[in-house]
Amino acid sequence: MTDHAISFIGSRALLFQPACAFDLHSQQRIWALAEEAADWPGVREAVPGITNLTLLLEAVPSEPDRILKDLAALWNTGRSKKPKGRLLEVPIIYGGKGGPHLQEVSDITGLSIDEVIRRHVAPDYTVYALGSHAGYCYLGGLDPRLETPRRKVPLPRLPGGSLSLAGLQTGISASTGPSGWNTVGTAEVAFFDPARTPAALLQPGDRIRLIPAEVIA
Amino acid sequence: MIEVRSLPPLATVQDLGRDGYWAQGLGRAGAMDPVSHRLANLLLGNDVTAATLEIPMTPGQLRFGARMAFALTGAACGAMLDSRPLPRIFAGIAEAGQTLALGPMQSGARVYLALTGGIDVPMVLGSRSTQLREGFGGFAGRVLRPGDTLQPASDRLPCLPANGLSLTSPTFPLPAGTIKLRALRAAEYDEFTPAAQAAFWSGAYQITPQSNRQGYRLEGADLSRTSSQELRSHGIVPGIVQVPNGGQPIIQLADSATMGGYPKIAAVIEADLWRLGQARPGDRLHFVETDARGAADAERELSETMATVEKQLADVTAQHLAWS
Repeated sequence: MTDHAISFIGSRALLFQPACAFDLHSQQRIWALAEEAADWPGVREAVPGITNLTLLLEAVPSEPDRILKDLAALWNTGRSKKPKGRLLEVPIIYGGKGGPHLQEVSDITGLSIDEVIRRHVAPDYTVYALGSHAGYCYLGGLDPRLETPRRKVPLPRLPGGSLSLAGLQTGISASTGPSGWNTVGTAEVAFFDPARTPAALLQPGDRIRLIPAEVIA
Repeated sequence: MIEVRSLPPLATVQDLGRDGYWAQGLGRAGAMDPVSHRLANLLLGNDVTAATLEIPMTPGQLRFGARMAFALTGAACGAMLDSRPLPRIFAGIAEAGQTLALGPMQSGARVYLALTGGIDVPMVLGSRSTQLREGFGGFAGRVLRPGDTLQPASDRLPCLPANGLSLTSPTFPLPAGTIKLRALRAAEYDEFTPAAQAAFWSGAYQITPQSNRQGYRLEGADLSRTSSQELRSHGIVPGIVQVPNGGQPIIQLADSATMGGYPKIAAVIEADLWRLGQARPGDRLHFVETDARGAADAERELSETMATVEKQLADVTAQHLAWS
């Protein structure tokens, strides 16, 4: 019980962080938790994070500890959600203007550019959660050999469609914005379209396969 | 219609924001000062969810193309309707051809302009707020430019005294100098050093010029954390105070991202966010610790104040109707 934590991130928002490993199984439990908690009275939205859950509430909770108890009890049932999910194939142009840090990633990892790309396109990445900006997918499954530090000086305006990596994470930005990650390529995907239902192209449990369409070294 | 003649390229159409899309990564947007936004609508008898124009920088000029009612609230900017100086909080009727001139802001940081029935822009995903990063909602998903025209959603003229209407009490005083903000402890609070915790509650944090609708970067005593453990990405909401490695806090606001990874020391309560919307670079923030009960009380007080205003305005309207 004491292993799990709940805290305020706003007066009407709580963050639940169960003590768990950072893996797909934990994430599947988070998805199950989100699905259930979304229907609780007073919950406006249940938002999966990376092995954690945010509850957006209609009012200031008078008993946050009670919510912790309920969430912990539900978590401890071990229930998980394993959506079949769909697979999206995304053609990527590696390097060139749209992938300015490809050479740096090769230098940092000590792998050739070809080997960086081979390892980067090898896994099917699972969408763990959406967040940061609209339609952006947090992906699990990056090859640990591709781990790189965040950049000291972030780019102020990285265009949408940029494929980047940092730490043990990789992803494709859905719209133009600042980024401290290492950008290695570009894709053309509309990850979010307000005229579509749902507006976000992918949901947690979907997968992304990167297809190397072109390499500009 | 009302035409923008000149305005720095930062003004956006906003309402109370977009709810229900956090899990798709789409943040709330909405007015930075929801109190002034509500007040502008109440002055015209609008629903508080009607869209207003949020103007974070002046001077500017707008020209009325037809006779219509309008309301101004928020920052003090020496507004003039042709040659007539207007009170800071005002609702009245403008004639076709008249010019509304907004002077430099003397206090506060955002002016709100309301039209009858709200500013007529399409509802997208449940709101009329501008989503600046994603480029949709509000007026064509962007800031207003000279030549743009706005329409009121209704051509009904609200019942207003001939010389217009102001509000003497409550006055919603604009923040000046040091701004007090009530805040709750957030997830990593206990990981900050005792010195950092003490500095956070007792010191003043100055708003730097790197501040916009997304958030404000603050400057003050360094906040060091005893752990250097990287966090897994998690939900964040407007009001959260994050502390990146440099030790200088960032406070996320209306256009906040939906997820983040920096350690969080505190969360400013919803009822105080409007004060941040009227704060400007150079102002100092003083965080005052509260708990869930304090946050709930603060929300109740604010909604009672808004209810009082609504009642006062209804009384004025009734009186005006009785005499005219």
